[in-house]
Amino acid sequence: MITVRGLNKTYLVAERSSGFREAAASLWRRRYRKIEALRDVGFSIGEGEIVGYIGPNGAGKSTTIKVMSGILVPDSGTCEILGRTPWKERKAHVRGIGVVFGQRSQLWWDVPVIDSFELLRDIYRVSPVDYRRNLDELVGELDLAPLLGTPTRQLSLGQRMRCELAASLLHGPRILFLDEPTIGLDAVAKLAVRAFIKRVNEERGVTVILTTHDAHDIEALAERVILIGKGRILYDGAFAVLCERYGESEDGSDSPPSLERTVARLYGEYGI
Amino acid sequence: MIAYISAFRIRLIRGLQYRVAALAGVGTQFFWGFMLIMVFQAFASNSRESSPMSLSQIASYVWLQQAFLAFVMLWFRDAELFALIVSGDVAYEFTRPVDLYGFWYARLLAGRLASAALRCLPILIVAALLPAPFTLLPPTCPASLLLFVTTLFLGLLVLVAISMFVYILTFATKSPMASFLVVGPVGEFCAGMIVPIPMMPDAVRRVVMVLPFRLATDLPFRTYSGSIGSVEALEGIVLQLLWLAVLVAVGRAALARAAVHASILGG
Repeated sequence: MITVRGLNKTYLVAERSSGFREAAASLWRRRYRKIEALRDVGFSIGEGEIVGYIGPNGAGKSTTIKVMSGILVPDSGTCEILGRTPWKERKAHVRGIGVVFGQRSQLWWDVPVIDSFELLRDIYRVSPVDYRRNLDELVGELDLAPLLGTPTRQLSLGQRMRCELAASLLHGPRILFLDEPTIGLDAVAKLAVRAFIKRVNEERGVTVILTTHDAHDIEALAERVILIGKGRILYDGAFAVLCERYGESEDGSDSPPSLERTVARLYGEYGI
Repeated sequence: MIAYISAFRIRLIRGLQYRVAALAGVGTQFFWGFMLIMVFQAFASNSRESSPMSLSQIASYVWLQQAFLAFVMLWFRDAELFALIVSGDVAYEFTRPVDLYGFWYARLLAGRLASAALRCLPILIVAALLPAPFTLLPPTCPASLLLFVTTLFLGLLVLVAISMFVYILTFATKSPMASFLVVGPVGEFCAGMIVPIPMMPDAVRRVVMVLPFRLATDLPFRTYSGSIGSVEALEGIVLQLLWLAVLVAVGRAALARAAVHASILGG
């Protein structure tokens, strides 16, 4: 369903050291540093999986998601999703996927949520029957009924994230990319979002690729994780195996360390 | 197509939401209109040469300009679209199965229509009721009214195509300031917003007549007042169509190029 091979992407970052002299000098000559965001990234994901894509800040998670969702063009490598290359057939490709960026919003800021939904219906040309059915289901599952008439700007983050999830599924995509969907949410909202993702995967058979810094998201949702650090894939396999390997207690006490500590140790072991 | 109509619709809904802003806008535009007319009146009474436009023609020109300000002003901007581009939320726009150029174009067009829809009628009605030197004259004949409406609408399309470059440039540079500070004032001057084009010095006028900016302001408003005859207006319409085709083609290519080199900021 998703096959990624040998993906490379570099960014140029202008840099200089501090001070007026350096700033003045950079007017004439710019120094650029190459950041290798992705180095030979490859994996494949089958239909109906939930895959956790983890790694520290700046590892290349979001870059990978952006390449897979047709936003960025990589320097080299191949990526085939539902038989298409995202950056070559962007319009056809994005019809089959849904995307949520936890730190961004796709809803119009100062019109009621339902207006944004109807715009999405028209953008994706969802038939009235399918739209009605999808909307009713999503409103029920995410408890959106009281929120639909409210302008986005007046929603809390938790409420907004529920609306964002609904917005990404209105056109019935087969793949859902979630980039930090639980960021900044309180415990109740996090649980609601997790339960919903699980349900979308089990009942609708939607394949989910999820990035997160919350190890509990992974524990609750994904059996398989892909670990990325400094642009390289370091591990691809069961999360349980990682927990077993890095989760034994350090000081000989019986209680295992917290999931956070386990992940921190994992990053430490891989030197990322 | 339905996607573009829908983008148009939601922007219209959003624009109509702000009544107080529209009311305040109407007030400002009356003040501004009177000021402009009085300035030209003062010039006319102190100049020995005869003015290329009569005072009543100028009054009509000014009121139309104020009523359809949103159609002709380059500085009129979609702050939300800028925020989208600068913050990186524009990433979502790429995950939609639409042509980005057409989508933004529809959105900008709707923004201007929504703004003008709320403001033009009160200004036109009150301006028509004003006493002699300040009044908005009725159109000279049905044909000139028809030509006026056609050139005004095509002018709007040309102007939106020009303003698209501001957003494309913002997308490429990630900063809205430079493009605005340059394109705004230069474009307005060249459009005849500050001084009507017939009143410009010859050398300047020759340059300005070649540029597309005048097609949105000078052409429709002077067609209305009869300062541009119907033959010249028809030529103007052909020019508008040609410029529109060129601007859209170049804008499309520029946006496509910017998109390949894009790096989305943050996170």
